[in-house]
Amino acid sequence: MTAIDAQQVRDITVHPPGLRVRRFKDSAFIVWGIVATIIGLGTLVTLVSDLVHDGGHRLTLAFFSSFPSSEPALAGILSAWVGSLLVIFTTAIVAIPIGILAGIYLEEYAPKNPVTSAIEIAVNNLAGVPSILFGLMAVGIFVQFLGNPNRWFSFLPEGFREAGAHLFGQSILTAGITLSLLILPVIIVATREAVRGVPQEIRHAALAVGATKWQSTQHHVLPYALPGVVTGVIIGVSRALGETAPLIMIGGLTFVAFLPITRPGDATFETIGVLDEYGAAVDPAATERVTIHHDGVVVLPDFTEQQVQAGQVLDLPHGSTVQSVADLGDAIVSWNPGHWFGQEFTVMPIQMFNWTSRPQAEFLELAAAAGIVLLGITLLMNGTAIYLRYRLRKSIKW
Amino acid sequence: MERDFTKKKPRLAERVMEGLLFAAAAAAIAIVLGIVYVVVSESTKFFSHVSAIEFLTSTTWTPLFDNPQYGIAPLLTGTFMSTLVALSVAVPLGLLVAIYLSEFAGPRTRETIKPTLELLAAVPTVVYGYFALLFVTPLLQGWLRPLGIELPSFNLLSAGIVMGLMIIPYIASLSEDAMRAVPRSMREGSYAMGATRLETAFRVVVPAAVSGVVGAVILGMSRAIGETMIVVVAGGQLPQMVTSPAEQGATVTAFIAQVALGDLPFGTLEYNSIFAAGLALLVLTLMFNFLAFWLQRRYREAY
Repeated sequence: MTAIDAQQVRDITVHPPGLRVRRFKDSAFIVWGIVATIIGLGTLVTLVSDLVHDGGHRLTLAFFSSFPSSEPALAGILSAWVGSLLVIFTTAIVAIPIGILAGIYLEEYAPKNPVTSAIEIAVNNLAGVPSILFGLMAVGIFVQFLGNPNRWFSFLPEGFREAGAHLFGQSILTAGITLSLLILPVIIVATREAVRGVPQEIRHAALAVGATKWQSTQHHVLPYALPGVVTGVIIGVSRALGETAPLIMIGGLTFVAFLPITRPGDATFETIGVLDEYGAAVDPAATERVTIHHDGVVVLPDFTEQQVQAGQVLDLPHGSTVQSVADLGDAIVSWNPGHWFGQEFTVMPIQMFNWTSRPQAEFLELAAAAGIVLLGITLLMNGTAIYLRYRLRKSIKW
Repeated sequence: MERDFTKKKPRLAERVMEGLLFAAAAAAIAIVLGIVYVVVSESTKFFSHVSAIEFLTSTTWTPLFDNPQYGIAPLLTGTFMSTLVALSVAVPLGLLVAIYLSEFAGPRTRETIKPTLELLAAVPTVVYGYFALLFVTPLLQGWLRPLGIELPSFNLLSAGIVMGLMIIPYIASLSEDAMRAVPRSMREGSYAMGATRLETAFRVVVPAAVSGVVGAVILGMSRAIGETMIVVVAGGQLPQMVTSPAEQGATVTAFIAQVALGDLPFGTLEYNSIFAAGLALLVLTLMFNFLAFWLQRRYREAY
């Protein structure tokens, strides 16, 4: 070994200059990373504590059982949470089957062809379309087109058109379908991932003993994929629950002091005949034979009142109103989806938005209280989904 | 009983099921076409009254006035300003989190922090709107007053900041995925050359994952462009040419929601104008989504 080589060896064994500085930068970055993470998580904590601080004291039982009111002390979210429940129920029954079936198709059945890639591009793009555009579409298709059958479908029989006008328009059904289209990509993507995770051997085993493709999918692939699918469904539904913009588009009301379903003891109003937008009969000369179900009052078009009893059969001119008090039977009948699908509604996010846009401090407190409820439910749902996903990863080892 | 197993004869139930599955999947195409059809057809009615040139070049947006002006520019400046603020919050924070989680944090930390952070994206946007209007704005007003800046109670700054916090998980999560997709061998090569973890992160991992990271940022950006409730609640809904984030302004989405909050008279020019604004929004977000999708696909194919 020459002298020069020895010199070089010593240079290498000595730490290169600046290593301490480089190491320090390394650990300094960790601090920055942790700070950034804390800012993110801190936002969540601040958000929750700000809401609780502002509106926590408004969260009483009465808050859940009162209608909104111009008197802040009496106002509550009854119509909002019932509306949210019904809208979300509608969303779920539309989105879950379609989403799961579409996910299965794309993963198990879809041939490699242009149609399949078109579907995949559509799903990917739907996930990125701003929610308010779903609202615009709903305005165009469900509210203006399907909701006005007299304008577009005059060739259909009248019963059809009446049913269409009742169900669509600014209704719970419209809201539910709109939100289901919005969360469809979430469910499709989750289903695809879950189905993809089921090993091929499971399918082969089923097919080998003579199962058809759908039998193998239904009895063997789907059960294993179910936890993953459920995770996606929960996340999708929680997103629909917090969505505001598309429902504002289709005309979710900001002040609703009635329920889409009837409770025993509620006053009921039944109008007779086809009315124009001012509440007057389209054909004032027409009459209709009506059987009265409860004791109550009939208000004729000229505003004269008339006491009526259950069982009476009357010929009432169009434009009359039959008013009575609902009993338990009416309440149960009102649970029929055909009844409440077509009703006007509000939902919790819209109620919160309404209160947020008022200047009085009391209403802002109400908004905060509604926010706590909304945030609580969504965080709970997402937490469940995360836990499910975690359990899934731990428990299933193929 | 003898059965011919070689004969391929699909049962009826199989065929029906297959048809159902296909119909469900094809619904996705129908929805996209539905959105495009409604927005384009109603916009066509709008553009038969207002020239596309006025729409693109005029700097006044006053569709609700007696002498209506239809220039989309004020709404676009509002959208870009709030998005810019959101990105200047979310990009540094999101990338710091992503690099930290992918290169420095242990698997346990990562597995806890990532889903918790994703809760930020699950918060209903109307709740964020409340937060921006009644928490962030007063806070910023207090901070900016000593500097001589009087922040109005409706402004795009706090709306943008909160929007930025909302999209942190999108950027952090997707960039982290991209960084973790960089093969171990590349990192180990860098360590073997004597690089520290930070040097490896910035000179090897991030450059290798750059298309995925940029894709994640663009996806976050398209979220911010399409976000409605935060700007409706906290941004002020005043369509003006926005030059500073401390002003109030309306975004494209805020305008659409604002018109819908009133009575929406079918067939009027005002009704059609929200679809024209919607068309602008659709074009913007689809463009960015395609770009993001293309970039994300590229990084997957790189190795």
